[in-house]
Amino acid sequence: MSKPSDLVQGTLDMLILKILALEPLNGWAVSQRLKQMSSDVLGVSDGSLYPALHKLEQRGWITAHWKLSGNNRRSKFYSLTRLGRKQLEKEAADWNRLSAAISGIVKLKEA
Amino acid sequence: MTFEQWFYTLPLRLRSRFRRTQLDQELKDELHDHLEQQIKENLATGMLPEDARYAALRALGGGMTQIEQRCRDARGGSVIENLVQDLRYGFRQLCRCPGFSSLAILCLTLGIGANTAVFSWIEGILFRPYPAVVHQERLLALAGTARGETGPTGISWPDFLDLQRSCTLCDAFFVSKITGSTLNIGERAETTTGSIVSANYFDAIGVHPVLGRGFEPGEDVGREAHPVAVISYQFWRNRFKSDPQIVGKTQRLNNVPHTIIGVAPEGFYGTFVGWAQHFWVPASMEETFESGGYKLEDRGARWIEAYVRLKPGVTRAQAQEEISTIATRLENNYSATNRGRGIRLWPLWQTPFNNAGTLLPTLEVMLAVVAFVLLIACANVGNLLLVRSFARRREMTVRLAIGASRIRLLKQLLTEGLILSTLGAAGGLLVAYWSRHALVLLLPVRSGVAMYLAGEIDWRVMSLSAGICLMATLVVGLVPAFQTRNIDLAGALKEESSGVVGAGGTAWLRSSLVVFQVCLSFVLLVGAALLLQSLQKIRTTSPGFSTTNVVQTGVSLISAGYDEPRAKIFQEELIARVKALPGVESAAFARVTPLGYKTYSSTPIAVDGYQPSLEEQPAVDYNQVSPDYFATLGIPLLSGREFTRADDENAALVAIVNQTMAARYWRDQDPIDRRLQVKGRWVRVIGVAADSKYQSMRESPTPFFYVPLLQDFATAPALYIRSAQPRQSILAALLREVHALDGDLALYEMLTLQEQVDRSTSPQLVAVTLVSILGGLALLLAAVGLYGVMSYAVAQANRELGLRMALGAGAANLFRRVISRGLRLTAVGVLCGATAGLALTRLFGTLLYNVSPNDPLAFASAVAVMTITSVAACLLPAWRATRTDPARVLRD
Repeated sequence: MSKPSDLVQGTLDMLILKILALEPLNGWAVSQRLKQMSSDVLGVSDGSLYPALHKLEQRGWITAHWKLSGNNRRSKFYSLTRLGRKQLEKEAADWNRLSAAISGIVKLKEA
Repeated sequence: MTFEQWFYTLPLRLRSRFRRTQLDQELKDELHDHLEQQIKENLATGMLPEDARYAALRALGGGMTQIEQRCRDARGGSVIENLVQDLRYGFRQLCRCPGFSSLAILCLTLGIGANTAVFSWIEGILFRPYPAVVHQERLLALAGTARGETGPTGISWPDFLDLQRSCTLCDAFFVSKITGSTLNIGERAETTTGSIVSANYFDAIGVHPVLGRGFEPGEDVGREAHPVAVISYQFWRNRFKSDPQIVGKTQRLNNVPHTIIGVAPEGFYGTFVGWAQHFWVPASMEETFESGGYKLEDRGARWIEAYVRLKPGVTRAQAQEEISTIATRLENNYSATNRGRGIRLWPLWQTPFNNAGTLLPTLEVMLAVVAFVLLIACANVGNLLLVRSFARRREMTVRLAIGASRIRLLKQLLTEGLILSTLGAAGGLLVAYWSRHALVLLLPVRSGVAMYLAGEIDWRVMSLSAGICLMATLVVGLVPAFQTRNIDLAGALKEESSGVVGAGGTAWLRSSLVVFQVCLSFVLLVGAALLLQSLQKIRTTSPGFSTTNVVQTGVSLISAGYDEPRAKIFQEELIARVKALPGVESAAFARVTPLGYKTYSSTPIAVDGYQPSLEEQPAVDYNQVSPDYFATLGIPLLSGREFTRADDENAALVAIVNQTMAARYWRDQDPIDRRLQVKGRWVRVIGVAADSKYQSMRESPTPFFYVPLLQDFATAPALYIRSAQPRQSILAALLREVHALDGDLALYEMLTLQEQVDRSTSPQLVAVTLVSILGGLALLLAAVGLYGVMSYAVAQANRELGLRMALGAGAANLFRRVISRGLRLTAVGVLCGATAGLALTRLFGTLLYNVSPNDPLAFASAVAVMTITSVAACLLPAWRATRTDPARVLRD
């Protein structure tokens, strides 16, 4: 199945939260933004995006509203909740710690 | 989950529960929206429409339905959603095999129903016996004690007042002494039950009359000073046709006009376990209802039955300590009347002066019995589920194979168990509701007494049943789960025909369930056999007086307002007329009926030449009887003579002692013409009577003596008539004679002495009936279980049986094989049951009479019944085994 295998587990959540922290977006826009921001390196399939969005909504980190989008279509927009913002801060901090540690190890010169 | 999370997600959760289709539609819309935009994007890059669509779909990564499903999964099965799903599925499963489901639900209904019924009886009879009375959890019964006597005594009115004044740990003290009354209504005189109460009664129990008022302070003071009465709701409705102007009218109670001042609310039956009360009068009127004269200022007259309510947070031990201190002070201050007297608090369920104490041992045993029945029922349902889980093994295996977690399967099985046991519990509540009044049916009818022994189904009983229901769910759900534990996926899917589990494994489980059932029902059978035997022993034990050809009744002299001299004349005339009736051999009076509700007089005694030890203060019960008493009741006189007309109030005081008393106090020397001190007066012993039963059929021989009625007079004695005539003709003749003397008099109920004996052994009868019914039920359930296991075993062993037949085994041989296999299971069960029984039958304790808890006859008969039942249960499967067609089996 299309599990984002190269993606560290849970990182997708953090990315979505980060994207939504900037502005409320609908699912398609989030997928576009993911592709732009990560220059397609992450290779998140749209098929994984929606389950992730629904999981985040279920946890109360994001909420959804139906709004009219630019071309007069009804579209489901997601926005960050206060809880989501806290979660993002926590995950970002964790990520920074982890990546710092890993990059520290990777940069070790081989003796 | 934090509150804030709930706050954000609650609307969503609610919608996913109740607006599932709308949510699904939204999901579709959302994905569709995405596709459209993607397609638009693709078209913009110059793709052909077909390709654009295909590329968009591919980007989404597969079929739409799959993504939808993954989104739904991502929402996570909310607990509720899963439960609803499981419930739906479970219901569908149960409806698919209605036979199985109804059998399982029936088993659980019986098991849970029996428990709920007994809980409701215990609640309604022992713990909260008085409907409408507030704070019964703090209510205690108050009774006196006397040194050297085991039973409780009454309390005197002055002692009661002193207690009430001095006790600081109790909220309320109130008197409620049962009494009877003749109602003179129109032509006929009828009797009914009521209570003599202290003036604070209705305030203390928090019951407020629906019409009029309760008693006012001071209405319980003074001699016959306040002829007022509160009547019960039913009495008001039945007798006064719900007359709204009832307050202020008068009603003759025991021939004294009482002003009705109030009507008690509906559903209030007074404070006497077992008998509904229909009127209440203040203690000042006691002389009208009680024999023995004016007692409100007599510290030696112990006639009161009372209750106290503890202050919140006070324990019975603390209150008892304070009350004992007060009793000791009373003992010191009034040594003439109170020496050796104490006062004791009893929990309501041990109340010594009503039917609570009588039913307590039976209900205690019932608690264990119904627990057994429940376990047997659960084992049965577990067994049924095991069989069914074989039918479902493919379903389970497939579900496991496509990735259902074992936890999820377990939840599913538990949910199905929950559905079964909830339906069972609902049925059980109905059973309990229908059997609320069943205990009354088991007790003999008394004329003039409305029995009220109702189960109470309140939230405590409900929560106990819910607890049982949960327990049953666990048992019923986990038994089949035990089986999914070691499902071998590959093997199971490969091979269609053989079992998922090693057949040995489940067969072992099923067999142990049956052994367990046989074991439990065997214990119940032994219990029923023991109780039956002891009932038979009680009933065949001679009470020491003849039970045939003697009837007992009485004339309501007190209620008709007779004083002592008038009563003496009346009794004299009546006995002469009765003796002259055709067919009457003899007739006599006695103050107290053997084995009746009234208690004997008791007196400290002294005997010439008998030196009591320092601790001992010999006190003996006695009865006041008229001439011919011994001849009429058929109690043999061993030596000396009977009382005669000459032994009257002017003659020398005399007494007749019983055999046990003669042996104890005169050391087997002839007591005739020796002296005995009774209530401080010396009397001469003129005879020795054979021992008989006095208060209960179960008592061992006790010292007892008799004095002439005329030398210790009682106004309303019981009347005994010995005659071979049928009861109706005696009754008619007696009524004629009584009315010839005084037309206003009513007769008490006429009983043969056999009926009197049966009445006194009715608690045993109740115990036997209940245990037998439930024991039979348990036996039936166990038989069904055994039948199921054997049928299944025969079906499974089809191939083996066919082979055996092909190799020349005869039908008889196969028949024997199956039966003996069933009997082996039974034998193991019986063995376990016998071991358990040896330990458990001790619990019957006081319910057994002259029967050892390990009585071999009881065990033997239980073994016999169990064996016969097992053979019967195995017959059909064994017959089926003999019908095996070897050719077909070998071909298949």
